[in-house]
Amino acid sequence: MLPFYYNIPFICIFLCMIGGIVMPLQKSGKRSVRWTEVICFVVFGLFAALCLILTAQGESFSYKMGHFPAPWGNELFVGPLDAMLCALFALVLGLSLLGGEVTMHADILPQKQSFYCTMMCMTLASLLALTTTNDMFTGYVFMEISTLAACAIVMAKDTGEMVAATIRYLILSLLGSGLFLIGLAMLYCITGHLLMPQLLQRILLLSESGTYHIPLTVVCGLMALGLGIKSSMFPFYAWLPPAHGGATTGASAVLSGLVLKGYIVFLIRIFYRVFSISVVRSLNVTDILFVFGILGMILGSVMAIREEHSKRMLAYSSVAQIGYIFMGLGLGTDVGVMAAFFQIMAHAVTKPLLFLCVGRLSELRHHEKDFALLRGSAHEDKMAGVGFTVGGLSMVGIPLLTGFTAKLFFADAAMGGSVKMWAALLALALSSVLNARYYIPAMFAIWAKPEAGQPDKNMQANRGFTVAAVILTACVVLLGTAAVPVVRIIQLELSML
Amino acid sequence: MKKQHWKAFVDWVNGTAPERAPAAMPELPAKREKSPRTKPDEARRVRVFSRIYRITSLVVCLSVVCVLLYTLFHLPLFGAEDNPAVNEVVERYVEQGLAETGAVNMVTGMILDYRAFDTFGESSVLFLAISCVMMLLLKDQNNTTAADTLQLQRERETEREISDPILKKVVSVVFPCILLFGIYVVLNGHLSPGGGFSGGAVMGAGLILYSAAYGMDAVSRFFTLKTFRTLTTTALLCYALSKAYSFFTGANDLPSGIPLGIPGAILSSGLILVLNICVGLIVACTMYGFYILFTKGEF
Repeated sequence: MLPFYYNIPFICIFLCMIGGIVMPLQKSGKRSVRWTEVICFVVFGLFAALCLILTAQGESFSYKMGHFPAPWGNELFVGPLDAMLCALFALVLGLSLLGGEVTMHADILPQKQSFYCTMMCMTLASLLALTTTNDMFTGYVFMEISTLAACAIVMAKDTGEMVAATIRYLILSLLGSGLFLIGLAMLYCITGHLLMPQLLQRILLLSESGTYHIPLTVVCGLMALGLGIKSSMFPFYAWLPPAHGGATTGASAVLSGLVLKGYIVFLIRIFYRVFSISVVRSLNVTDILFVFGILGMILGSVMAIREEHSKRMLAYSSVAQIGYIFMGLGLGTDVGVMAAFFQIMAHAVTKPLLFLCVGRLSELRHHEKDFALLRGSAHEDKMAGVGFTVGGLSMVGIPLLTGFTAKLFFADAAMGGSVKMWAALLALALSSVLNARYYIPAMFAIWAKPEAGQPDKNMQANRGFTVAAVILTACVVLLGTAAVPVVRIIQLELSML
Repeated sequence: MKKQHWKAFVDWVNGTAPERAPAAMPELPAKREKSPRTKPDEARRVRVFSRIYRITSLVVCLSVVCVLLYTLFHLPLFGAEDNPAVNEVVERYVEQGLAETGAVNMVTGMILDYRAFDTFGESSVLFLAISCVMMLLLKDQNNTTAADTLQLQRERETEREISDPILKKVVSVVFPCILLFGIYVVLNGHLSPGGGFSGGAVMGAGLILYSAAYGMDAVSRFFTLKTFRTLTTTALLCYALSKAYSFFTGANDLPSGIPLGIPGAILSSGLILVLNICVGLIVACTMYGFYILFTKGEF
């Protein structure tokens, strides 16, 4: 008999999926949003409890989905870090829905809101499954679910511009899936397995004996490339700004903060549990990721500087932040991956906070998105202003905030490598300056002196947003100041993988 | 020069530099004056860009094709004795599949019992796909104008006027056979080749044919949006709940209490029959749903 808490990941995944399946029956958009939030917070609670238990006992476990053990049936594998990531994803998704609710009612037709909630539930289910799966093909299936759900929440706004953005997103995302699937088929050809522990065994044997060296390299490259395209690694970011910049507020927060991370977490899982990081390093895939990461860090910010549209600016900033993660991954060391994981969590709380705040500010200005029209809007909703300022400062890298801590870990991880160290440190410095170049003026703009004579007082207070912004701001500060327990959990899991 | 920039920045920060946004406006006509000279230039640039774009994409595609083909030659031979895919996994599927799942059709046993979680994901993908299409195409004030409605009405009238006796006669004979065959394929999924996905596709094709011959209103009489919603949701929910029960008992090593029956009988192989029916319903509804939403935008 298993301890009951082993069932938590399975229960949560099924809870989200069943929630998604029955959601279209709900006629009222308001109630379906409420139910989705309830699901998110229940999932958060369960995974947070699981994370605490697993950390206290220092264990990880695999859970068979059905009656058949590892090489024959599907399995989940959960360690403390996976549980922590799942809890964070669920929390942020729930808060994004809560904070973006008013804008959602304005952006999406009432009869389509329940579909939007279906997609949110399915997004969460796919994130949980990608983070906990022990089976490559299950991973692929949930990548597909994530792709479709993400495209649908971009499309939900239903304007011509958004449909065009969705098509672009869909095509590039499917290209990524296709490349991944080709890689998966080849991997099966040379190993005969789909479950991660067995794959790892076979691949270690193959790399020792040197057989199938070329297919192995191509497979590793295809998987990194496919998941890289889906998570907007630098040269493949073209789909991101229109999709994330145009979607409704809650959707932008979820897409930028979480959906991209799901793929990256899955990629890291593949690197550790299928190929083992030493094999990946010997295949030189990490070096390529490192170069792309550095380029993304700098060029993403350069493009953000030229952007006047507030949400597209944040979207370009996501390209830069994803660059950080790939840079850490590209270092190919445990410390680098640790920093990458920390950055995943840091960005997963900071970017949704920024998107929600900008969404709220533009709500106050009749849904105008250009910074020129958002001048002084922070005075009308202080919490949105504070949230944006804290988030922006964190992105720039001001101490005590999570962005700074993440950068510190990256710098620490880069130490030791000769060429990579200099490249990484220079890129970190340059990218911080560039971040400051667009976040600081944006902050000045929203806190500018309000123009006299037109404070629009009949604007209703948005309690959902305030709650979401307060919690996310607290997360940003907490992750920045009390990073040690989080780092312990990451190290614990990396030592077990 | 530097001071000017600084002053402009300070002004902008203080919000006392409103010239910026309007300043861009008057420039526009000035640019337009130049347009006779710049336009061909712009067109040429677009032409050059699109040419370069095409060549680059061709090169990229060809190089990917070459890499993949090259890799293909280094893969193990298909069906060879020392192929890595011939291992304990396949062995157990083939040798003990019948005893463990009760399904004569090994593929069904594999996708609906050994790896049922993946198949649940696949069915959800179908459900998501049809939900996306409904989100996009279901008629609402954003995507339908009065002209569209009028046009559709006219099309339907012509459809009613021009009756096609040959097609109708043939369909009246063929449609029941197709539907029956689809049901047969679904119900026999655990005994013979086929199953929920293929049988559902056959049934969906039958519905599409019927609607093409007798007009969309004929199908709408028994297949409304409500039926559609109830069917897909119930089927997928049934799949989810039965599989959740099976996963839970399996993982916790509890007895599931579901009899496997005598292999070969129609009522055998435990949950597989139920799951096949669910998948069949989802696939049939999805196929017909795509057709009707793309042609009409409502049920």
